Amino acid sequence: MKKKDKKARILRSIPIYLMMLPGLIYLFCNNYMPMFGIVIAFKKINWQKGIWGSEWAGLKNFEFLFKSKDTFTMIRNTVLYNAVWIILGTILSIAVAILLNEIANKFSKKIYQSIILLPYLMSMVVVSYLVYAVLSNETGFLNNSILPRLGLQPINWYQEKAYWPVILTIVNLWKGIGFSMVIYYSSIVGISVEYYEAARLDGAGKWQQVKLITIPLLVPTIITLFILSVGRIFASDFGLFYQVTKNSGALYPTTQTIDTYVYNALMKLGNMSMSSAASVYQAIIGFILVMITNAIVRKYSKENAFF
Amino acid sequence: MNLKYSSDRKIRMIAHVVMIFLTVCALLPFILLMMASFTEENTAIRYGFTFFPKQLSMAAYQYIAGEWQQIGHAYLISMLVTVAGTLLGMLICTLLSYGLTRDFIGKKFINIYVVFTMLFNGGIVSTYYIYSNVFHIKNTIWALIIPGLLLNVFNIMIERSYFATNIPEALLESARIDGATELTTFIKIVLPLSKPILATLGLMTAIAYWNDWTNGLYYVDDTRYYSLQLVLNKINENAAFLASNSTQMSGMMHGTASIPTTTVRMAIAVIGILPIILMYPFFQQYFVKGITIGAVKG
Repeated sequence: MKKKDKKARILRSIPIYLMMLPGLIYLFCNNYMPMFGIVIAFKKINWQKGIWGSEWAGLKNFEFLFKSKDTFTMIRNTVLYNAVWIILGTILSIAVAILLNEIANKFSKKIYQSIILLPYLMSMVVVSYLVYAVLSNETGFLNNSILPRLGLQPINWYQEKAYWPVILTIVNLWKGIGFSMVIYYSSIVGISVEYYEAARLDGAGKWQQVKLITIPLLVPTIITLFILSVGRIFASDFGLFYQVTKNSGALYPTTQTIDTYVYNALMKLGNMSMSSAASVYQAIIGFILVMITNAIVRKYSKENAFF
Repeated sequence: MNLKYSSDRKIRMIAHVVMIFLTVCALLPFILLMMASFTEENTAIRYGFTFFPKQLSMAAYQYIAGEWQQIGHAYLISMLVTVAGTLLGMLICTLLSYGLTRDFIGKKFINIYVVFTMLFNGGIVSTYYIYSNVFHIKNTIWALIIPGLLLNVFNIMIERSYFATNIPEALLESARIDGATELTTFIKIVLPLSKPILATLGLMTAIAYWNDWTNGLYYVDDTRYYSLQLVLNKINENAAFLASNSTQMSGMMHGTASIPTTTVRMAIAVIGILPIILMYPFFQQYFVKGITIGAVKG
């Protein structure tokens, strides 16, 4: 009897496996094979011999990586930009979401939301064109229309590294604020109206309602999103740092992140050992951070954890 | 009471002012780009890009019309990649997500197999090595469709929980008693019931494909496979790309002086944005929905 049950279960499993097969094969090729490819970082790659034929290099590649002075800069940039943007982005998008919720007219609410979200829809290549229209040395809006009127000299924006932390922060907020606003707004809408009605009966004003109801009830969302972004603090938006800066070498001290470094070392310089060491380093630290943050999320709100 | 009423109104006023400010900020760069593309070339060089150019011109668009062979081809590639990638990706994703909600042998292992890909990856370099040296994907149309974008594990999670909560087990059970196979149940019952989630995730996937340029950056240097985003990226790297390429492809000789280089690149960007902006009002609500479901999981 039991044997028959098992046989029936196997028979029932076969069509399910067939349905899942394309996806499982894809994950094997796209995700698992590159995981084995990590050995590249521990090899002295010789293109004639391939990965497996090449000699082992031990930790030499990593040694070179950490001796290079670029390494500290790119790690600092990656982490610092992320840290500032997590804090700024969270505060600003919650503020904007609360204000959006105060608007009673449904039509204008929808218009505001859609337009503020529009930049998020654009690719980074397109964003780099928009930024170029403003910052271009010869034809940019700032250099031709704004700075002369203020009595200032034109600035060679794509060569002056000091301005870029501010420029990238503005671009990042401009592109991303609509996205996080929508997320927080959807949690605010989910808050029961009864809380607000009770508060109003008790004589609480708008500001008090925000302070005592909206923000405390947003805390779980804030914490979850915060922890998740801390888990990704070693990853950067390649497009933002590559396209928007036009990959300008003069800007590297303030704009090079791990992702742009890996791209430049791999595709521009063909430096397999440095780029593979940097990318494996990023993957491993990323993995550790995700595991830690996931464990924390599980404690806070189990349904938001990955596993 | 009166005081509170007025403070409510004040907050509403502030909200409108802030929202209008943000709306204007969101739109201004697009308007500048558009005006730049309509500026007469020499005016642009002398006075820069402005919101109110002294002299307007269609020259940039006329030049593009003359080069339509290239731009139109890039448009076709973008559309082909978007449609093929979205259909194929959604098919694979939906089949896998549905399978994960069923009862089968080794379910636990398969779940871990899927989830683990969200936690760890081999990094860009080994992914690049595998795709170019093992799968030889460079300079094929597949390079734009397959790497990274085809299957988004977050979408699997979203679809899986949608199937688990929105499709009653009893319905599937009764279909099975009626003798329907897994595949017929899937096509006749599950798919029709999942239209809203499929539309939303399909839209997000389509946008990701339309906007993608990184796959091309890594795997494509054959101009035949340049999508619109790649053409834009190439012009970014080399302003004369369009001109140099037109001589290669059609044998036509353009004097570099006659090309309104400065404004043409702006015009191409406008053409690249246009379809998305025109369609945005229609898919806007799905887009917002896509963000909110993906939000915390993504």
